[in-house]
Amino acid sequence: MATTEERTRAEGAPTATTAQRPGSEAAPTGAAERRHGVSALDMVVRSVLPIVLALAVAALILLALGKNPLAFYGSVIDNGIVGQNWQHSLVMMCPLLLIAIALIVVFRGQLWNLGYSGQFLLGGVVVAGLAPQLIAATSPGFAYVVLTLAAIAVGAAWTFIPAWLKARFGTNEIITTLVMSTIGIGLTNILVVYVFQDPAVQSPQTRAMDLSVELPYIPGTQVHIGFIVAIVVAIVFQFVISRTSFGLRLDVFGASPKSALHVGINSRRMTIVLFLISGGLIGLAAAMDILGQWGYMRTNWNPDYGDTIMPFVFLARLSPVGCIPFVAFYSVFATGGTIAAQETGLSVDFLRVIVALILVFMTITEYVGTKRQLGQSYLPDELKETVRRPLAALTRRSTAQ
Amino acid sequence: MSDLLTPTFISAFIIACLAGAIPLMLAAVGETVGEQSGVLNLGIEGMMLIGAYVGYVIALGSGSVWLGMLGGAAGGAVMSLVLIVLNVWLGLNQIVLGIAITLAGGGVTSVLYDQLYSKTAPRVPTNSLKIPGLSQLPVVGNSIFSQSGVFWVAIALAVVVAFMLKRTNWGLGIRAAGQKPSSLDTAGGSVMATRSQAVLLGGTFAGLGGAFLSVVATSAFTPFMTNGLGYIAIIVTMLSRARILAVGLVSLVYGATVAVGTVLQLTSLNIPTDLVTMLPYVVVMIVLLIFGRSVYISPVLGAPYTRGAR
Repeated sequence: MATTEERTRAEGAPTATTAQRPGSEAAPTGAAERRHGVSALDMVVRSVLPIVLALAVAALILLALGKNPLAFYGSVIDNGIVGQNWQHSLVMMCPLLLIAIALIVVFRGQLWNLGYSGQFLLGGVVVAGLAPQLIAATSPGFAYVVLTLAAIAVGAAWTFIPAWLKARFGTNEIITTLVMSTIGIGLTNILVVYVFQDPAVQSPQTRAMDLSVELPYIPGTQVHIGFIVAIVVAIVFQFVISRTSFGLRLDVFGASPKSALHVGINSRRMTIVLFLISGGLIGLAAAMDILGQWGYMRTNWNPDYGDTIMPFVFLARLSPVGCIPFVAFYSVFATGGTIAAQETGLSVDFLRVIVALILVFMTITEYVGTKRQLGQSYLPDELKETVRRPLAALTRRSTAQ
Repeated sequence: MSDLLTPTFISAFIIACLAGAIPLMLAAVGETVGEQSGVLNLGIEGMMLIGAYVGYVIALGSGSVWLGMLGGAAGGAVMSLVLIVLNVWLGLNQIVLGIAITLAGGGVTSVLYDQLYSKTAPRVPTNSLKIPGLSQLPVVGNSIFSQSGVFWVAIALAVVVAFMLKRTNWGLGIRAAGQKPSSLDTAGGSVMATRSQAVLLGGTFAGLGGAFLSVVATSAFTPFMTNGLGYIAIIVTMLSRARILAVGLVSLVYGATVAVGTVLQLTSLNIPTDLVTMLPYVVVMIVLLIFGRSVYISPVLGAPYTRGAR
């Protein structure tokens, strides 16, 4: 549905940062693209093919489960776009897009912030807990700004320890962010029950905001203005990444922290700054989502936006504006898919399987594409040797005949 | 408080402690071997869930806990094939693949359980091996020495792996593949084969851990029942730095915190369970903050090996 958009984006994208670690492949890929000039089409294929393959395999799984895949996908489109349903999808895009940008910032620096759940929920619980009273005490406009800043601060603060450990000792940030995330999720539950509990209800949840004081809608729609915030943030970050010295430093740092050090970039500070920006953006996503869509928070609630949006960040080649169509696609898919799964009598977790398939096909497509561009064999050297000898024997025999 | 120290109570505590510790220990032993060979297996959570589900299904079908455990191990091993082919052989990104395996494992098992068993939620028959003599002892008798035979096999497996990793050529190869793969290559070993074996072993152990959780510890399967245990296994692995004994001890400490959580729910003490479940993680972060410098992680961990690449 967004092929033209993707095409223009792919052509306009200045750099193609691969999802792989920087190494022997990254630099030659860029050079090869410029030489052959087939990159735009190739990029589109590489970005869309994994999704198509994943949907095809998912259809087979549906068939195996005795469901009609066409009915399922039809229902996804029905419930995700048709009628007024597109508005739900746009509402869902807001947090997803902001989290996608948060991931892009750290991934470009070759750092992994996998603690999005904890950051999101902690930022969210602060907003949900304080919003009703703060809005009643002051004006909504003022409260929105204060709460959003608070959520940004909380989200950023929750990344600080992993960032510092990484910067200071090189401690693996994947593990530390995951640990902090789990602590954050537990802390969120405790905050909901022991600090922000709504005294009027039995179930563990915060006081719900009045619908009238939630974020205002974009005129003519039922989509809250958080959507515009997300789009603006995407454009701003696209500009920062592709047109400012910070963006260049970020890419140099991502390509190699060591060479970054040689050109005068403070790698330690860069690590911490990137993590803080990432956490802050996730806090912003939480604030927008709570203020605009949910209005309250309950225990053990985790929308798990980060896990599911991650593949699309890579498919968009870590470009903030470029990921908009992908996030839109997934929003439609998730919005419609949740209802479609219920209709077909499947667990909603089926969507996870599809996301996982996209991830797997993405890495394979990327691998095949890179090897093809470099004109290399698809088999790695070591594996080739085990295949080569019998193959060579075969070819010798066939040429002899 | 005096009612907390009765023999029945203490043996219940020990049982809860072991039920929490053994799955974690198995998964962490597997992860240790993987990480020693230079592969950071982030998909361990998904492998555990697959192992738990397959083990549950087979134990239900056959009525045998042992077959269930074998099935769980096979399930984990099959999931690790994805990582072997795509990461070890083709050099694709370990982190992305790990997350994919975790998502797929959780999603597939949840969908299948929902389709097949959620209405009836059958339970696996329990079995316990009462060791003659020892099981008559007070307190430890009906806790430690009345465990399922699987429990003893799990511990034996951990010991075997510890021996293999430290004292055999095979273990040396694994460690070389994780420390300096190029030297293993130069010495005539195959980095690819070594890492493949390590990942396969890791997947098998993760599957065993998951199966232990569903078949032995709880006798039932619930979607996402591992609840982050795979990630804890990665942390345990990191903290214990390739010493299997340390893996076992750290797992026991974790099991103890789980047991404390269960115990606190039984008593009138009003301590939030979330606080208790958070505790091990908080401890991990504090340990990392204090000993941050000494947590050693292999420089090539997570990087695919390409011959001749610098």
